Amino acid sequence: MQHHLILRVLAKFIIPFIVLYALYVQFHGDFGPGGGFQAGVIVGAGMILYTLIFGLENAARIAPPGFLRVMAAIGILIYAGTGLAALLLGGNYLDYNQFNPHHPAHGQELGIFLVELGVGVGVSATMTLIFFAFSGRGREEHKR
Amino acid sequence: MVEQGGRVIEAVVDIVILSFLVIVAVAVIRLKDLFGVVMLSGIYSLLSAALFVELDAVDVAFTEAAVGAGIATVLMLATLALTERHEKKPAHRPWLPLIVVAITGGFLIYGTIDLPPFGAADNPIHQHVAPTYLADSVPKTGVPNVVTSVLASYRGYDTLGETTVIFTAGMGVLTLLGAARVLRRRRREDD
Repeated sequence: MQHHLILRVLAKFIIPFIVLYALYVQFHGDFGPGGGFQAGVIVGAGMILYTLIFGLENAARIAPPGFLRVMAAIGILIYAGTGLAALLLGGNYLDYNQFNPHHPAHGQELGIFLVELGVGVGVSATMTLIFFAFSGRGREEHKR
Repeated sequence: MVEQGGRVIEAVVDIVILSFLVIVAVAVIRLKDLFGVVMLSGIYSLLSAALFVELDAVDVAFTEAAVGAGIATVLMLATLALTERHEKKPAHRPWLPLIVVAITGGFLIYGTIDLPPFGAADNPIHQHVAPTYLADSVPKTGVPNVVTSVLASYRGYDTLGETTVIFTAGMGVLTLLGAARVLRRRRREDD
């Protein structure tokens, strides 16, 4: 896809909006439809579009697979760590009330924000990694 | 009067979407060109998403549209690039599986006869924990979208499990297809 000028220009124009929309879905999930999972998938879709148009090498320069693998693990660790923090503060695992004993609702908001963030980070990294794995494999086969 | 008109329109939309779902499903079974099958499965997901919107399940519709119609279609296309575009002819006759599916489907439809009426307010599903969630979500979690508060707080363990499943799936694909390894080898060749 090296010579598709219109596709390249359009992709460059549209990808920032895709990522912006993903951030909106991530942080507005408390009020509207969406949340970490959907936001992560949308970021993954943006990265897949970039990979399709600009090639795997360029995409891997933006998001190296090693970095993505670490982010996929960090996503789950944020989620599990939120649960653990509640446990250390004296509550049950994933009991967000502990984060703000005077205003349990605020603690819940913080906890939900954190676990949704973990889901978003983990899902976006995993989706991109899976697509990288497929397209990297395809390139190798064609080369033979 | 307006209420009733809305319900009629809903029923028409339901019937149209459900018939399209059946048509697409039959086409997926009949078609041997796998590229077409992948496209149709994307359409199937999009129709399902439309159905979820019509059922007021926008969060589910969102996920179905993004994952089913978006990512899954792209991944299936990537898989096609690694394999073949045309389905091989089946080695056996499909009569036995067809009979099994028909009987199972018949039993399932028979089972739906005993179900409570669709969408009625006094159904058991709406009497159990749902009223508590709807009443408590804003005062106890401060989150107006009850779907989010159920997912992330009331059912936090399940969502942690789901996130772990996605992580495990990603690691499984990496182990099988190994993107990092291929890239590293290519870079070494370029040097």
